[in-house]
This record gives sequence, structure tokens and C-alpha cells, in this order.
Amino acid sequence: MVASRAVGSLSRFTPSRMLRCPGYICRNFTKSSALLNRTHINYGVKGDVAVIRINSPNSKVNTLGQELHSEFIEVMNEVWSSNQIRSAVLISSKPGCFIAGADLNMLTACTTPQEVIQISQEAQKMFEKVEKSTKPIVAAINGSCLGGGLELAISCQYRIATKDKKTVLGSPEVLLGILPGAGGTQRLPKMVGVPAAFDMMLTGRGIRADRAKKMGLVDQLVEPLGPGIKPPEERTIEYLEEVAITFAKGLADKKISPKRDKGLVEKLTSYALSIPFVRQQIYKKVEEKVRKQTKGLYPAPLKIIDVVKTGIEQGSDAGYLSESQKFGELAMTKESKALMGLYRGQTLCKKNKFGAPQKEVKQLAILGAGLMGAGIAQVSVDKGLQTTLKDATLAALGRGQQQVFKGLNDKVKKKALTSFERDAFFSNLTGQLDYQGFEKADMVIEAVFEDLSLKHKVLKEVEAVIPDHCVFASNTSALPINEIAAVSKRPEKVIGMHYFSPVDKMQLLEIITTPKTSKDTTASAVEVGLKQGKVIIVVKDGPGFYTTRCLAPMMSEVIRILQEGVGPKKLDSLTTSFGFPVGAATLVDEVGVDVAKHVAENLGKVFGERFAGGSLEVLKQMISKGFLGRKSGKGFYIYREGVKNKNLNSDIDSILAGLKMPSQPDVSSDEDIQYRLVTRFVNEAVLCLQEGVLATPTEGDIGAVFGLGFPPCLGGPFRFVDLYGAQKIVDRLRKYEAAYGKQFTPCQLLMDHASSPNKKFYQ
Amino acid sequence: MTSLLTYTFKNLPSTSQWALRFSMRPLSCSSQLRAAADVQTKSKQTLAKPNIRNIVVVDGVRTPFLLSGTSYKDLMPHDLARAALSGLLHRTSVPKDVVDYIIFGTVIQEVKTSNVAREAALGAGFSDKTPAHTVTMACISSNQAMTTAVSLIASGQCDVVVAGGVELMSDVPIRHSRKMRKMMLDLSKAKTLGQRLSLISKFRLNFLSPELPAVAEFSTNETMGHSADRLAAAFAISRLEQDEYALRSHSLAKKAQDEGLLSDVVPFKVPGKDTVTQDNGIRPSSLEQMAKLKPAFIKPYGTVTAANSSFLTDGASAVLILAEEKALAMGYKPKAYLRDFMYVSQDPKDQLLLGPTYATPKVLEKAGLTMNDIDAFEFHEAFSGQILANLKAMDSDWFAQNYMGRKAKVGSPPLEKFNIWGGSLSLGHPFGATGCRLVMAAANRLQKEGGQYGLVAACAAGGQGHAMIVEAYPK
Repeated sequence: MVASRAVGSLSRFTPSRMLRCPGYICRNFTKSSALLNRTHINYGVKGDVAVIRINSPNSKVNTLGQELHSEFIEVMNEVWSSNQIRSAVLISSKPGCFIAGADLNMLTACTTPQEVIQISQEAQKMFEKVEKSTKPIVAAINGSCLGGGLELAISCQYRIATKDKKTVLGSPEVLLGILPGAGGTQRLPKMVGVPAAFDMMLTGRGIRADRAKKMGLVDQLVEPLGPGIKPPEERTIEYLEEVAITFAKGLADKKISPKRDKGLVEKLTSYALSIPFVRQQIYKKVEEKVRKQTKGLYPAPLKIIDVVKTGIEQGSDAGYLSESQKFGELAMTKESKALMGLYRGQTLCKKNKFGAPQKEVKQLAILGAGLMGAGIAQVSVDKGLQTTLKDATLAALGRGQQQVFKGLNDKVKKKALTSFERDAFFSNLTGQLDYQGFEKADMVIEAVFEDLSLKHKVLKEVEAVIPDHCVFASNTSALPINEIAAVSKRPEKVIGMHYFSPVDKMQLLEIITTPKTSKDTTASAVEVGLKQGKVIIVVKDGPGFYTTRCLAPMMSEVIRILQEGVGPKKLDSLTTSFGFPVGAATLVDEVGVDVAKHVAENLGKVFGERFAGGSLEVLKQMISKGFLGRKSGKGFYIYREGVKNKNLNSDIDSILAGLKMPSQPDVSSDEDIQYRLVTRFVNEAVLCLQEGVLATPTEGDIGAVFGLGFPPCLGGPFRFVDLYGAQKIVDRLRKYEAAYGKQFTPCQLLMDHASSPNKKFYQ
Repeated sequence: MTSLLTYTFKNLPSTSQWALRFSMRPLSCSSQLRAAADVQTKSKQTLAKPNIRNIVVVDGVRTPFLLSGTSYKDLMPHDLARAALSGLLHRTSVPKDVVDYIIFGTVIQEVKTSNVAREAALGAGFSDKTPAHTVTMACISSNQAMTTAVSLIASGQCDVVVAGGVELMSDVPIRHSRKMRKMMLDLSKAKTLGQRLSLISKFRLNFLSPELPAVAEFSTNETMGHSADRLAAAFAISRLEQDEYALRSHSLAKKAQDEGLLSDVVPFKVPGKDTVTQDNGIRPSSLEQMAKLKPAFIKPYGTVTAANSSFLTDGASAVLILAEEKALAMGYKPKAYLRDFMYVSQDPKDQLLLGPTYATPKVLEKAGLTMNDIDAFEFHEAFSGQILANLKAMDSDWFAQNYMGRKAKVGSPPLEKFNIWGGSLSLGHPFGATGCRLVMAAANRLQKEGGQYGLVAACAAGGQGHAMIVEAYPK
């Protein structure tokens, strides 16, 4: 599932993580020539070592753009021509960031492949010069070293990285639908071996410093320092520089060898890879796997394999040429535009546009220790929020506490946490059956059953004990917040926070505001969500808000398609081959049949015919037989603990046979079935924007992709309309409208876009 | 502390004449400075407080501190502790039945004698009616033993308390793995042959891999030497500075030993071996020799080496603490008062060894003294880098303001008053026993050289620290 993994790991290279550090003040240099003319790069000379410091102005990260590129060439030429200089250290002055990658704007500004190819070739040339430098260059890496940053680092003769959590090395280009275009595809396999290089470039995963050392991606590690004569971040960079200088000198004096001793396994692997037959087998295996996972929807991974292959089999020149060509081609694809759009959107949705709340939330209380409540607790305690988890019974509470512990303990098993940190985090959680201590709560999130009268009851109980400033947030997927707030004494403090299950895996948080919700309350909710590591969309209140409202018509269509005689397996394969990470029938099982019915019923009442389609009776009969989906072990499929391959639940056949609908052949081709699902989704999403439920198309795309699994390669419903063409979608809708009626009537905004082709959601 | 397990001092080259000469220089000039300091008037005439008992140290002794794995290697911890107690009895002639209570500090516990204070006291011939308990607080365990004694006396619970500490690093508890232990425990409970066989069938070879005592801070998994190396780097302390400081410590210790100033050492006849009369870890070397050593923790470019770290040590110490009026009634001439003390703790990751920096200003403030009032500083030297980092931190306004919540720095102690009879780097550092050595060194220095106030400070694993004011007993 490269696609879903792609989405998952997008978060890893978002700059926001690097943005947290306080500003770092540039130090004075011992000597620097033409200091004032350069804005991105400066250098000083210490002894016979040039210390080249990268610090892009007005930005918290360094990105490889045209200006930085040309200044780098200038500086390097000075370094190479100076007699005084025998070696160089390349370091960033920004804490938490070496180079975060290429400047995306530079790529998106290009309109033809040729322009992109040229950018790639210029970078290739430069990095080749670095690689062939007779004066050793040491890359001193502190913070993110991604994409072009990594390509530069691996061109250097030696790499030293800080063993900091923020130091991550990786080639995330594939997640943007492109490939490492500055020699990365050629150098990385030589450096870490073909299998590891494929893994890095095809998954885009970030690699921590200690693992990078083991892989041979960096040569030395430097431990981050604590407080001393200066603030820790500042002194750590200085220390890194000092250590790098000693290594640069050692390399220049030939006291240190840049070659590293390979282990036995590594030697064997590289021997095996010297046999052409073995290499062919590896290419084949990797290609097969990629094809299976991407279903041909993502062109970048296959091209990466191709370029690596060209380099190894036909030599570097052919490899570099192929790299730049393919880079140019990929940058022009719809897929890369969609993925880059998502990346940008994600960055936007990681900001709090409502400003800082008056009072920071430190004490969080969660009502209901079910799957959602415990999930919310889990993502809160490890961010240092003091969290109270309340439930009505000891058994339910115990289950919830165990879920939190298990979530943390799994991280210990993966070595992402130490057992000590786990225990310290777990101590942030208090489990209780009463409202003790709620008078100190800054925010209460209720995650009790989806029942309005129950929600009213807890809201009243809670308001009796909480302080005035405390925010009351409701985690509901469909109940309108204003109805919940109707019984509140202080509706300005009531807000919706719709988390997605499983909370620790799903990145999205949908925040719902009513007309009465105050701006400060919203700011508070967004702040908590960001702290919990969520990507956040803020939408207006209404039945189903945004996400549930988009999903409901699609689900209705799913049921109709099943009733028309398409089997769940076939339907699943049609949806996944369109790019959905989870098949439509499986999705119903995952969500829960009872939940699906509840939502369909509720929203059906409000929106009437537009949400019709399949018969509710299907879900009702399933529920009556106890087929609630994964949670009950049976839904459309049969689920068994520890069994991966799931079998169809044959009892469903009789239900579907009993409620069979005639299929209409002219709208029932495989493609039509796919588009019937997607166009209903898209139409509803656009309607949400039209009605003002959504503030921006970006939030619509982020919500659809990160919350509902809308195909990332399409970039979300709005990006899809832009790239696919509004007219084509309207045409499809009209065709289905003719067969099924109002459910497919395109909304006004969509028709506006169809009638004027210049209108785009993204300009 | 435990991290030192891996490193011993054995491979250090022996004395060089040059080194000795080098280290004399700071000493010769220091006497003038000290004379100048003595002229200054003290902030306070005495730290005695109305309505609070004065508590005195009559005397204190210690066994010679030996590199672990040498003459003490076949002993058990209570043997060493007993030697210290016997030495104290002999030195002070205190009647055994007068002692109200005995407290010992220790770090790595021998499981057979987990209350080592009681076992040693019984063996040393103390009354079996005298209760004894053992405390542990890493490298400040015997400081904790002494301050517990002080509290017992101050609150009127006791009049005469023996406090001490012991550590035997020649032997450490190496355990069976948890799986093996579990199987053995289950086996002992199994009733039938069938149950036993089914348990034994679960045996795997890896059950036999032993469990060594943790060599790292539990909370962070970092060895202390590693943390010390990072600390030195954070304070920009060079390898040379660290080696120079270590050389100073060894040279001063050698001088003190030669001049017979280490009067707290009592000879110990080790069963089956010769009588040990002096510390054996004092080995002044040369900077050239020290520079040859490879870094011990952060490889290959770190600055902490075996030569500028304290070494694994066996040893025990004990002091006799009394209420002043009791001491006088018994006809003693006490050496010093034990005055205000302070425990502190901070981040065990990045400030693991900065205890003295935090404790010093607080204890001075509590006592109403300033740095200028102190005539004898006795700081525990875990690593050269740690001592130098503490000195720099104490001398930094920036650090005081940003990390200690203070308006200004406390100032760094003048080196001519600082550990001038050697320190843990050279004399050795038996974790549980060092605190009493520091107090006796301060008391003996005040007696020998004049001066009124001594300051004892130490860091400890877990990011903790301690400081105490010792006031000379008027002659």
C-alpha cells in the first residue's frame, strides 16, 4: 500500500517539525569574503578548513532554490581556488534543519519538462563537482536532511550527523510523485546498497541518525548537548562544527579514511549484487511489489526503479541522463501535482490560523474510555497533556487504560520510545469513575455513545463541575453540534472535535464550530489538535459536517451497487484500483454496519432524496443477524483473530438476493461503477464548499484524503475537479442522473466551474 | 557511577618527575593567596543557632581506598565496613554501648548483606542492642548517612551516632536472567515430576545469559561517562584542560600522602594478605602519557578518558557524630560542627553531574555565607570534565539566570582552596564511602591550616546533588 503509506509518511517530512526551534542567531565569522553579497550561504576559514554555513533568510528551513544554488557554486569555486583552504565543512546555521529539500515552488513554476530537466542537470553537475572534489568536504548534519539535502550530503566525502530526534535523512520525493533528481538515484545505491536504496527511495521513509550510521549513510554521530555555556541547540551546532572541522583536517591530512569497513553481511550482499542474474531478480521482485501496491496509479516508483537500473547496468552517464529525463516527465504528471498539492495543504492545516488561545490547555478530561476516548487519551498523554479518562464502569475504564498502555508499549517494541518514557507518559493519565478534579480541567472532550440525550446528560453534568474557561468538545461523527449545545449554559464554549478511528493512526481532526462558538474556543481546540499531532480542518456545523456528509452518499451508492449484484470482493477491487486505500465493502465493515446505518438514517432524514440510493433494509437485516463488521467478527467478510486472508460472509448473499435491484447496463460498466461512487462524493464535497460548510478547497481535499481515504493520487475532490476537468465530471453526473435521478444532480458551483474552464479551485 | 565498571586505572603509566614539578607551581603561589583570604572578616562568627543542638564530628576514619580488584578483592562489603568501624572505635575509644545508632551508605548492594550497616556493626563488636540501617543515594550515600545522623541528633532522638559508607566494586551482583530466575522459582514450587519436566522442557539456552548490573542511568540509558563527555562539550572544556585537572588531583594527593596529611586513613590487615596502609590509586602521570589514551565513552573524538575519570574503588569510611554537649561531657575535643546541608536534583539527562552547581548557592544562602567565607572546598571529583563544568557553571551569570532561576552567579571557588589534598580522581571513589571522606578532609584541613568554614559538595547518579557546611571546632 504505497499509496496509503505515502499519505501516512507525508507527515514525516512536513517542515512543521523543523519549525519548532527558536530562532538561531548567526555567529560572527573569523573571515568571510564577499560576505554581504550573499544571503543564503556564507563561509569562514578556521585554520585551513572552510566552514560553509547555509542559512536561507526569512525562512525556518533551508531549501535548495536557484539563489542558494548559485551562491553555493560561487562559494565552492572560491574554496577550490584558495591555496589556504585544504578542506571544507558544510553546515546549516538553522537548528533542526540541514536542508529540507528542493524548493517546491521552483518545480511547480515550470511549465515544460525541459525546464525541469535543466534544473536537474544543473544540480547533477554541481554535485558531481562536489563528489570529485580533491579537497575533502564534510557534511555536518543537524536536523532534517531530505531530498536534495540528502543528495548534496551524499555527494560529500564524509558525513557527520547529530543523534537528535530531529535529525532525519530521507528521500521523500516519491511521496510527491517525483524522484531524486540531483544524482540521488545513482549515488544512494552505491552508498547503502541497492536493496536499502530502493527501500529509501520507494517508501520515502525518513531515517534516524543512529540507523543511518549503521547503514553507512553517515560516518560519525555527534550527541546533542544539554545546557552549558550557551543554549543547547546553539552549542550543539557549534560542537558539531568543531567535531566536523577535526574530521575535515584528518581527511585532508589523510589520517582518516573516508572508506568505511563493511560488515560480513554487507560484503556478501554486495558480492551477490555483482552477479547480473541476482540483480535482475531483484529488479523484478521490486517491480512486481510496486505494481501490486500502486496498482499502476503512481508512476514515480516504477520510474525510480528504471533509473536506478539504467545507472547500474549502463553506467553513470546513462543513469544521470535517465534520471534528469524521468524527473522532468514526472514533475509534469497530474499525480505529482496532486501529491504536491496535498503536501502544501497538509502544511497549511498544521497551522493555527485562529491564533494563540487565551489559556493554554494543560489539563484535559475525556469522557468515555471506548475506542475513541482511549485513542484520544493516547495521543494526548505522550504530548505531555495531563489527561483524565472517565468512564461509568471500572471494566470499561480498565479496557481503555489498557488500550492507551498498549499503544505506548507498541512504540517501545518498535524502539520509538524507551520503557522509561512510556511509564512517564502513562503517568500523565488518570483513570476515574467520577468528576473529581474536573474543576481544574481546561478542556473536556466527550466520546460517549452517539446518542443525543446521553450527550445532553453528560454536558449538563460536566458544566456543573468545570471552571468557566473550560472548553466542552464533542467527539461525534454526525450529531449536529448546535443540537448538543442547545442545553449548554455557555454555548460559546461548545465545539465539535471529530477524530477518526484508530485515533493514533489517522492524522485528521475535523473541528466543527457553531455560529455561537467563540473564536478563542476554536483556537483552543486547534491548539490541542496540533499538539496531538493532527492535521486539522475547521468546518461549519451541519448534519454530517463535512467528512461524514461526503461519505454518506458514497456509502448509499455502495449498497445500491451491492444490491445490483456486484459482489463485495469485486466492489473492493474496483475501488482500490481507483486509488482508495481501503475497498468500499471493507470500509463498511471497518466503520461498523450499525454506525453506517445510524448515519445513513440520520442524514437521509435531513437531506432526503439526494442521499438515497441503496436500501437501508440491507444494513438493518445485517444488524439483526449480528453482522456489525469487524468488531463483531462478521460483516461482508468474516474476520478471525490472527488470520490475514478474510473470506466472504456467505450469509450476506441471501440478504442481498432478497433485496436485489435491477442493474442498469449502460451505467454499470466497471468504470461507471467507480465513477458513480466518486462523482457522488465529489459533488457533495463541492456542495459543502458552495454552502460554506468548508472554508477552503484545501481543507476539503485534506479532509477527504486524510480522513476518508480519498485517492491521494487524485489529490482530493477539489484537486480532482481541477485536474480531471469540471465539465467531464458534470457530464458523468448528468449521465447517471438520467438513470437514477436527483442523487446525481450536479451542484451549482460544480456547474459554474464546468461552464467557465478558467475557473479553478486552485489557481 | 556504575558506568565506571568498565574502566579501571590500571593501564595508567606511573609517576613522572616532571609532572610532579609541574603541579607544585600552583601550590607554592597559593599560600600567599590563602593568607590574604584569611584576613577577610567572615559574614558570620559562627553558624550556631539558638535553641538548636550543635552537632559535632569527633573524628572519622577510612580504610585505605584501593583500586578494585587489588588487595580487597576477596572480601565482602561488610568486611570493609567492619574495618572502618573498628578503626573508628580504636581512634576515638568510644564505648561501644554508648552508640545509639549506626547508619551506613552503600550503592551496589551485596544481596546477602543488604543491611550492611547491621552486619558490619555486629561483626565489629558493637552492642547487639544498637540498631543500624543502610541508606542509598548513589554517590552521596554516606552524605545521606551523615545527614540522617544529624537529623536524629537535632531532633533529640539520639546523642551518639556512627555514620559511614562502604563500596566493594571488586565484586558486583551478576544475576541469572529474568527468564531463568522465573523458571527456577517455578521449579521450586512444582510439586510433581510431570510439572517439573514440563517446566524444564521450556528451558532455552539463552536463559543462561547473565544479567550484569546496569551500567547506565535507568531513566535515560546513558552511561555516566558518556554524560560527562557531553557535559564537558556543552561547557567547551578541552581534553587538555581535563587532563591537566586530573594531573593536579593526582599530584596534590601524592603530596598530601607523602606529607602524611591523609590522617583519616587507618591501616587494615587484610586476612591472608599484607596490611594495607595507604591508598593505591594515586599515580601522577604526565600530560604526554595521558594524551595518548583513547576516549573511553564517546568514540573516537570524545574527551573523557580513563585518566581523567575517577576509577572503580573499594573502600569504607566512618565518622563519629555527637551532640556537642554529649561530646564535651564525654571529654572529647571535636574536630568540626556539621552545619546547614542541602539536597538538590535536576534533569538526569543533560545536567546529571551539575549537583554541586545547584547545591552550593543554596546552602550558602541558607547558612548566610558567601563564597568568600569558605576556607576549604571539598568537592567530589567524578570526572575532570564534571568538576570543570561545575566550576564554569558556577561562574556563569547566564547559566544561573536561565537554568537555576537566580539573579546572578555564585562564583567559582578559588582553586587554591579547592581539593588541595587530592580528590576522588586520585584518592579513589568508593561510591558509598566518599561523602565521609569529603567531610573529614574538610574538617582536617580546617584544623591543620586554620580557617573556619568548609564546603562539601557532590553530584550523584539520578541528577542529584548535595552540599554541606562544615565549621571548624574552635581550638
